[in-house]
Amino acid sequence: MAQVSSVSNEQSPTAKSITLKISRYNPEHDESSGFMEFNVKYEKWTTVLEAILDVKKHFDHSVAVRYSCRQATCGSCGMIINGKPRLACFTKISELDSNTVTVEPMNNFPVIRDLAVKFEKLFDTHQKIKPYLIRDDTELVSDEKEFLQTPEEVEQYIQFANCIKCGLCNSACPTMATDSSFVGPQALAQAYRYVADSRDKGKDSRLKIIDDSHGIWRCHFAGSCSQVCPKGVDPAMGIQLLRGYMLGFSS
Amino acid sequence: MPQDEHKEGIGGMINPRRYGIERVAYLLMRLSGLGLLAYFIGHIYETSNILRGQVGWNDFMEMISTPEGHIIMSIVIAMCVFHTVNGVRVMLGHGGVGVGKPARPDYPYDPASQNYRHKIGIYSAILLAAVAMMYGLAVMFGE
Amino acid sequence: MRESTIMKIHYGTALAAVALVAVHILMRLTMNYAESLEYENVLANYKFVPYAIMLELILILLSVHGFNGLRVILLELKQGRMYEKSVSYGCLAAMIGLIAYGSRTIIMTNMGMV
Repeated sequence: MAQVSSVSNEQSPTAKSITLKISRYNPEHDESSGFMEFNVKYEKWTTVLEAILDVKKHFDHSVAVRYSCRQATCGSCGMIINGKPRLACFTKISELDSNTVTVEPMNNFPVIRDLAVKFEKLFDTHQKIKPYLIRDDTELVSDEKEFLQTPEEVEQYIQFANCIKCGLCNSACPTMATDSSFVGPQALAQAYRYVADSRDKGKDSRLKIIDDSHGIWRCHFAGSCSQVCPKGVDPAMGIQLLRGYMLGFSS
Repeated sequence: MPQDEHKEGIGGMINPRRYGIERVAYLLMRLSGLGLLAYFIGHIYETSNILRGQVGWNDFMEMISTPEGHIIMSIVIAMCVFHTVNGVRVMLGHGGVGVGKPARPDYPYDPASQNYRHKIGIYSAILLAAVAMMYGLAVMFGE
Repeated sequence: MRESTIMKIHYGTALAAVALVAVHILMRLTMNYAESLEYENVLANYKFVPYAIMLELILILLSVHGFNGLRVILLELKQGRMYEKSVSYGCLAAMIGLIAYGSRTIIMTNMGMV
């Protein structure tokens, strides 16, 4: 399935070129995945997503890729770039320091086609840990104020609220590589985000959900999730702090 | 592994090259755990030879007191030390000790949980395992 | 049993085993290594009741810790109701079997049935 093509040179003379290897796979009629190669021009600021879109524009419109915001906010364009899960819109080709850029769909997610993967399981596990504030007095009555928090209380969870559900952490996790039932670092970090929120009263119910044979105890603190997170969420920290509650290290 | 799940599989799980020393420690912890369990089972069988009397015990000791046996034993010592030291590190980490404090992240978003304290812990575990292995070899071959 | 209880036992057995195994290894080093493995010395160790109790404790602690560790690894490798039940009960059976086999050695030697 190899093809070597070159994008027409509409760019400045400072442009360099790389070989972009794109994984092609359609589960409906392909038995296995293969790669197509394209010669792509890039500038210092060109992202991997822009290179893929160049290929779509000039050579093969059928390359399937999911993207939206192009600024690391929507979490749509996660993929394996040169062996590591990254956001294509947040990864500059010049920073990869390689003459060949290989893009593959994220591991541990079912492939829809080419670089696009299904997110149903990630959203299911995210929903499973009750990603909302739980308390009995949710409905405000007249003369009541909103639930105030000190800046220190906000600091406890705001880092974990940055999660864009891109799935890179689940793709890098060594447990997720073999364990289909594992809740995953994304959902566990979100469980901590709500448990650590001073307005939330749902700690016990959340801890019960993740105290399962494929729950929080299947995290072994390898930290790969935190290394690939494009938003600085640090799921490994959240998971260990959450486990601290369960082991009685914190209250 | 079913293709539709697109799991990375055992190859991805044990690949230590992409995510730094923490992933190496994860792999070594697993391997040393399995190795120590195998040794423990063997050790229980080995010591049961005492029930065969002095002759049976001496025969068995003679069988395992070979250079190969000493090398295996020194590897067991290394695995034991690594598993213990790294195990204490992981256990503390699991309790949230030394993983940093939540804070507003700043670019380039270096994860606080992957800090020098844990890295020192991992390198110490490897170093101590190597030293213990050398000591074991010196004791066993020095006689 | 809840997974948190199992894992607390896992950590507890690890910490206790580290302390006792350290004593066990230091006992090998109180004399020349080869000498410490001679029949009479090993037999004397087994016949000393506090040491025999310590060996029994190490046996139980390491069996529980080791086979639970194996269960964790196996549960992560493959999933499925039948497989997971087999792994859990299989590890439990192996753990009990090893404790029984090791206890036999300790008890019989301690009681002089050699």
